[in-house]
Amino acid sequence: MAKVLVVTSGKGGVGKTTSTAALGAALAQTGQNVVVVDFDVGLRNLDLVMGAERRVVYDLINVVQGDAKLAQALIRDKRCDTLSLLPASQTRDKDNLTAEGVARVMDELRERFDWVICDSPAGIERGATLAMRHADVAVVVTNPEVSSVRDSDRIIGILDSKTERAERGERMEKHLLLTRYDAVRAERGDMLKVDDVLEILSIPLLGIIPESPDVLRASNLGAPVTLSDANSAPARAYMDAARRLKGESVAMSVPSEPKGFFGKLFGRRAA
Amino acid sequence: MTETLSPKKAVRLRGRSFLALALSPEKPFAEWLEGLDDLARRSTGFFLNRPIVLDIAGLTLTKDELAGLVGEFEKRNVRIMGIEGALPSLLGPGMPPEMRGGRAAGDIEVPETPTSPSGKADTAGQAAAARAPLPVSSALNQPHSLIVEESVRSGQSIVFPEGDVTVLGSVASGAEIIAGGSIHVYGALRGRVLAGSAGNPNARIFCRKLEAELIAIDGLYKTAEDLEPALVGKSMQAWLEGDALKAAPLA
Repeated sequence: MAKVLVVTSGKGGVGKTTSTAALGAALAQTGQNVVVVDFDVGLRNLDLVMGAERRVVYDLINVVQGDAKLAQALIRDKRCDTLSLLPASQTRDKDNLTAEGVARVMDELRERFDWVICDSPAGIERGATLAMRHADVAVVVTNPEVSSVRDSDRIIGILDSKTERAERGERMEKHLLLTRYDAVRAERGDMLKVDDVLEILSIPLLGIIPESPDVLRASNLGAPVTLSDANSAPARAYMDAARRLKGESVAMSVPSEPKGFFGKLFGRRAA
Repeated sequence: MTETLSPKKAVRLRGRSFLALALSPEKPFAEWLEGLDDLARRSTGFFLNRPIVLDIAGLTLTKDELAGLVGEFEKRNVRIMGIEGALPSLLGPGMPPEMRGGRAAGDIEVPETPTSPSGKADTAGQAAAARAPLPVSSALNQPHSLIVEESVRSGQSIVFPEGDVTVLGSVASGAEIIAGGSIHVYGALRGRVLAGSAGNPNARIFCRKLEAELIAIDGLYKTAEDLEPALVGKSMQAWLEGDALKAAPLA
């Protein structure tokens, strides 16, 4: 049975789409059958980051409304054949995402794939709650800044109350992905430190992605960073995060530039 | 106003919520008033000394009709404390004040003789407007305490006017707890907590790590800025001493 994972955050611009693409590609590179689904209807971006924007014919709304079959809308990645994309629509109204339609599509995706990774829109509006509704696992993406952390806290509260799992009385598995982390600036006190964020949010840490120009470059090239430059620091951090998602135990490290200067190992593990 | 009158004295404004009887008359009023008389006969003095709110939501009344209705109550020695659900145009000088924001509590039983089923039907229409439900005998046996086993997240609000709230996790910045009794937080307290909200000056606040945005007991509050810096980050308790909100570290 597939695991449905939602990548979510309270604030926009923290790196949800980048992280969705990178985690999806990283999982696919380990041989898992992965689909990434863009729930951000109206502001589709995942297809751009995945470099598939020119291959979109049908989208999530078409499938939800029954205008197209799921197989017609899925786009297989050219670099990694276990990775697929279900794009969002930019032209349709997000009100077309009906709860029943989404439930049907999710059931169908669960049958076909090992991992269904949903890129959620930011915030707590309907699109975001629909994206997280069917999830088994949530990855909460946070930047090391106070507003981002507080909004993430809000999202965690909603994950604990408004998802199918919560309504069945089960606990939703939640992980924290700290993005755009700059160890030097955190040390100087310009940013929140890892420990501060963890203490406030008190959910297990999935990974720390360093602030790096590689991420931006990969985004603009239309390649998930784990595919475009697998040896870069952010790519390695995403790879480690993906392995932790699969249940492997990987030591947590805070990679930083310049290499080795602050690259001390943290003895922390993802719980 | 002479100068002798003005040594600067803070006027303390506090909210209180009470349990009031809400009467919702139905048309035709003559018949309804008959039912009320019947009820009053069976339980003598039931309406005396009780705060009574007249709920006229959903009724179309003229000003005269409303005045007549209030007059009818006066005749029966039923004093109307306020009127709920009235259009502002209906109320004027000489009328009881408008009340709003009331919350429905449970139905109130007529204490004396619960004789005829018609009497019960009458009381069923009376929703009481107040925060706390009536302390019914069965509820009295239950300890009035709420335990929250996890953290209270930003944006969440826990309101428990019946008694103490114990949080095993943290209270995040942007979260809020309002308790009728004391509040105990075993994690970090970063949000807002208001203890003794229903007018209980004996309520206290305890926490393991104080980083609160606001703490309040019985309407007296301190914001983060007013908290002693020495207490921040420490375990502490807060209580009320007269008109002062005190806080001290827990040993």
